[in-house]
Amino acid sequence: MAGRILKSILSSSVGGFIGLLLALPSQADPLQDQQKFRQHYQQLFPKLTLADYADGVYAIDPIARQSWQAIEEFPPYDETIEQGEALFNAPFKNGRRYADCFPNQGIAIAHEYPKWDRDKGEVITLEKAINDCRIDNQEAPLPYEKGDIAQLLAYLAFTSRGKPITITIPADDPRALAAYQQGKDFYYQRRGQLNFACATCHVQNAGRQLRSEILSPSLGHTSHWPVYRLKWGEMGTLHRRFKECLEQIKAPPIPAQSLEFRNLEYFLSFMGNGIPTNGPSTRK
Amino acid sequence: MKSGLIALILLLPCAGMADIPKQRLDEGKQIAFDRNKGNCLACHVIADGESPGNIGPALATVPDRFKDKQRLREQIWDATRFNPETSMPPFGRNHILDAEEIDKVVDYLWSLE
Repeated sequence: MAGRILKSILSSSVGGFIGLLLALPSQADPLQDQQKFRQHYQQLFPKLTLADYADGVYAIDPIARQSWQAIEEFPPYDETIEQGEALFNAPFKNGRRYADCFPNQGIAIAHEYPKWDRDKGEVITLEKAINDCRIDNQEAPLPYEKGDIAQLLAYLAFTSRGKPITITIPADDPRALAAYQQGKDFYYQRRGQLNFACATCHVQNAGRQLRSEILSPSLGHTSHWPVYRLKWGEMGTLHRRFKECLEQIKAPPIPAQSLEFRNLEYFLSFMGNGIPTNGPSTRK
Repeated sequence: MKSGLIALILLLPCAGMADIPKQRLDEGKQIAFDRNKGNCLACHVIADGESPGNIGPALATVPDRFKDKQRLREQIWDATRFNPETSMPPFGRNHILDAEEIDKVVDYLWSLE
């Protein structure tokens, strides 16, 4: 199922990409990037299927997987999903609702984010779409890393569970490809006092141990958010985790939902196209 | 600074480690193991260090791996000079450790058999 959807997405965009390639020979080819990205992990972890990557590090760490599965039996995010549903269905002061802002009333759409927004000329994440909806309805935007936004995301992700990540880079809008390229550049750019790129740990050294922690593959990094992280003791968003990565490599902070992080999410999500989503989830 | 100079003078005549005081080697080990300093164990197996990573090679028989101490020092200072793809942080160039700390770590690592 996931494979078929993936195939249809790939085939539908191939023509456009070829056209773009002719126009911009030096530009990235996201499908080719995706293929190389996956081949790398396939060589590292030949037994994994694409769907397995939804489980992150627990796909490659059998011992940690056992404790993770035990936690997932009575997950700490159960209540969060309910709180998110209540928030999502509560009308704004003007009587309108979140559901009015989204296709299909917001149900089973989370796996299609982040999206290229042609009118805004930017990558729009689900968090950003939620806050844009609030602002359009004269409500104050929510903080982006935890709290209400994580509850809303948990509910929306839950309604998308099992659906494959479905990210499109519209071939007829070169700005979308440029945003993807910026996300890709960010991913491979070394930064911080430790001079690490995202790829240093999660491509070059995926599966190896940093102290006693196994480094996760980036394929599937966006499949399971929001996450109840035991280290946080609460739910948080993907960009909260991005920020934590920057802290860990002693790099200057970048705010959640900055253009940099949204483009990074666009790149990472496109790499993961076809992986069934399983958010919300728990992580160490 | 002064103690660094004295250590340097002490080091000059001898290429080996025989004359390096145990206290200095212990200080080097402490810097190497400290999570907020060298944190070498994050990636390397070293002696009796607990929960080492396996990103870099095990640091044993270090004198066999490097031409001389200076080359080891350069590796720690900025490993990207020798391999742009390296995962190793440039400890000196990015001021993760100061020169004196790096010298102590070099002495300690050189003593590993």
